[in-house]
Amino acid sequence: MNFSWHRFWGIAEKELIQLRRDRLTLGMIIGIPLAQLFLFGYAINSEPKHLPTAIVMADPGPAARAYVQALRASEYFDVKGIVDERDSTRLLDRGDVQFVVTFPAGFHRDLVRGRRPTILIEADATDPMTVGSALAVFSGLPVSEMLRDMPMTTPSEGAPPVDVRVQRRYNPEVVSAYNIVPGLLGVILTMTMVLMTGLAMTRERERGTFEQLLATPATPIEVMTGKIVPYIGIGLLQVTLILLAGRFVFDVPIVGSLALLYAVVLLFIAATLTLGMTLSSLARNQLQAMQMTFFYFLPSILLSGFMFPYRGMPPWAQWVGSVLPLTHFLILVRGILLKGADWVTLWPHIWPIIVFMMVVLGIGLKTYRRTLD
Amino acid sequence: MSHSTAIHVRGLTKRFADRTVVNAVDLTVNRGEIYGFLGPNGSGKTTFIRMLCGLLTPDSGSGTCLGHDLVREAAAIKRKVGYMTQRFSLWDDLSVRENLDFVGRMYGLSDRRAAVQTCLNTYGLADRADQLAGTLSGGWKQRLALASCLLHRPDLLLLDEPTAGVDPSARREFWEELHRLSATGVTLLVSTHYMDEAERCHRLAYLAYGDLIAHGDARDIIAQAGITTWTVRGADAAARAEFAATPGVTDLASFGTVLHVTGRDAALLATHVPKTAARLNLEATPIEASLEDAFIHLMQRATRPAQS
Ligand SMILES: Nc1ncnc2c1ncn2[C@@H]1O[C@H](COP(=O)(O)OP(=O)(O)OP(=O)(O)O)[C@@H](O)[C@H]1O
Ligand SMILES: [Mg+2]
Repeated sequence: MNFSWHRFWGIAEKELIQLRRDRLTLGMIIGIPLAQLFLFGYAINSEPKHLPTAIVMADPGPAARAYVQALRASEYFDVKGIVDERDSTRLLDRGDVQFVVTFPAGFHRDLVRGRRPTILIEADATDPMTVGSALAVFSGLPVSEMLRDMPMTTPSEGAPPVDVRVQRRYNPEVVSAYNIVPGLLGVILTMTMVLMTGLAMTRERERGTFEQLLATPATPIEVMTGKIVPYIGIGLLQVTLILLAGRFVFDVPIVGSLALLYAVVLLFIAATLTLGMTLSSLARNQLQAMQMTFFYFLPSILLSGFMFPYRGMPPWAQWVGSVLPLTHFLILVRGILLKGADWVTLWPHIWPIIVFMMVVLGIGLKTYRRTLD
Repeated sequence: MSHSTAIHVRGLTKRFADRTVVNAVDLTVNRGEIYGFLGPNGSGKTTFIRMLCGLLTPDSGSGTCLGHDLVREAAAIKRKVGYMTQRFSLWDDLSVRENLDFVGRMYGLSDRRAAVQTCLNTYGLADRADQLAGTLSGGWKQRLALASCLLHRPDLLLLDEPTAGVDPSARREFWEELHRLSATGVTLLVSTHYMDEAERCHRLAYLAYGDLIAHGDARDIIAQAGITTWTVRGADAAARAEFAATPGVTDLASFGTVLHVTGRDAALLATHVPKTAARLNLEATPIEASLEDAFIHLMQRATRPAQS
């Protein structure tokens, strides 16, 4: 197939002019990422308080009572009552309590003898942000003063008198707060890129200008790639906005190479745009393009590890997730942003995006309508 | 088919679902000719034109356009053909100049800027070059559309109702331009509903509900319609009813105060029409049937399919 750069740039420039005159879309391109980031961002920063907690006391001795008193006094935990073990599981299952704190049998005795008894905190980790702080709050409880009067052997120099263990239920992987920015990067790109290109072709069809375009010698590949180019620029702009806000407003670290990050972003944008173009040549009108976009968007959000931890999903869902570019993109961005990974380590998550893009481009070119039939 | 043939199709057929919209049409258009394409609404004119420039794939039949095969060489045809769509289909949110510039780029014009400027000047669009196409009035949109399909100097122009909604003087000017183009060797296929435009064409084809039922020059079409027409001056509504009931009369058409009484059987008309006229104290004169009489007759004779 002969490819004319001339026509390719012609189409790209036309798209750019049209985009510049479409103020609403332009506003959305910049508005959506920032609005989302600040919504999620402040959800991260808010400090949870008064989390419902149940206590299981296998040893009702004075030491355990001192702890419970301290928990009651803290703002973080809200002690709902002292229950037996069976009830505690049910409460956690039903979501009535966020934490169950268990003091084992012989707690007082072991504490006094310096044997570092274990306090078990079972946490409902579906809201992962609360779990991290629970540990910190727990170790900071002002129990030492209460325990001062008790004759006890200090275990070894500096070691805390008890061993606090957190058992995360329902979400053992724990999505950390920092994951929100990489996650948003992927989700916002997916949403705006697929939607905007999805509408690009159907708009021509609905306005009747597609007939004009078809009557010219422009080939499908020229039209598709030409229409994609301006949106690549827009995607990069969005990413930069989110990164800047993440860095300077929410203190998200950028450990790895920025160049690598942008390279990965570029690849992801290209893959997402290709999908959008293909959807829009499949769709008959703008409404259908919109519906297809959401049909793609939902699994991307649910199965990519953005919403639910990837390893906690059933195998079929993991399989679907592994096909979606967003799944790999999230791992890539987390890897670069938070861990400073290089491209060799990340390659296993780069090629699946390339394969996805090639397959989708193939489908797009095959289904591109050269006629009005 | 020879060098002098611009369009040559045989048995061209198009169906949508199981409805035949263009039914086995044969058509030959010579180079440099202005070929008029007529027919009632929904008769398949637009569909036929779209098949010629590769926008629709025929279901059966074959043909060539400027010597290129309709189906296999659509790309080559597109480069040499200018197609003006029935509905304005340039970009509303681009300016006049940007639209022309874009179209020029799509055809890979080497000296695009100059070509666009010449085009703007030739079609009087220079004053409006920076106006958004969507804000032009209907007539100016038509002019821009014509300009844009002439930009790449095509050998064949397919114009689908190019003057719909254009005022008479602009239409006259438009047709002068078409004749100038034809004189330079450009072939034109023009669909229209206007009789005066039909009369300006070298040859005509009449399409009715997918079938090509008459073609040739104006004289041929009238002959093919096989009609005889009488005019009656000063006929009122009551007289009209009388003529409608007269044996041999198939259709009536009023032109101001003049009534055209048309029928297929010349002898029958000659005996009965003057009689009816005499009874009503009116005068009936036989005239040569006009193109319009022929078309109205052809349209009424064509069997309209059940659904449309
Ligand atoms: N894409 C399509 N799908 C289904 N039916 C179609 C399609 N395009 C046209 N038709 C039908 O084909 C018939 C012929 O349409 P066409 O537009 O060719 O008529 P036309 O002669 O150009 O009419 P007009 O004078 O009103 O422009 C119409 O009945 C129309 O409904
Ligand atoms: Mg039409």
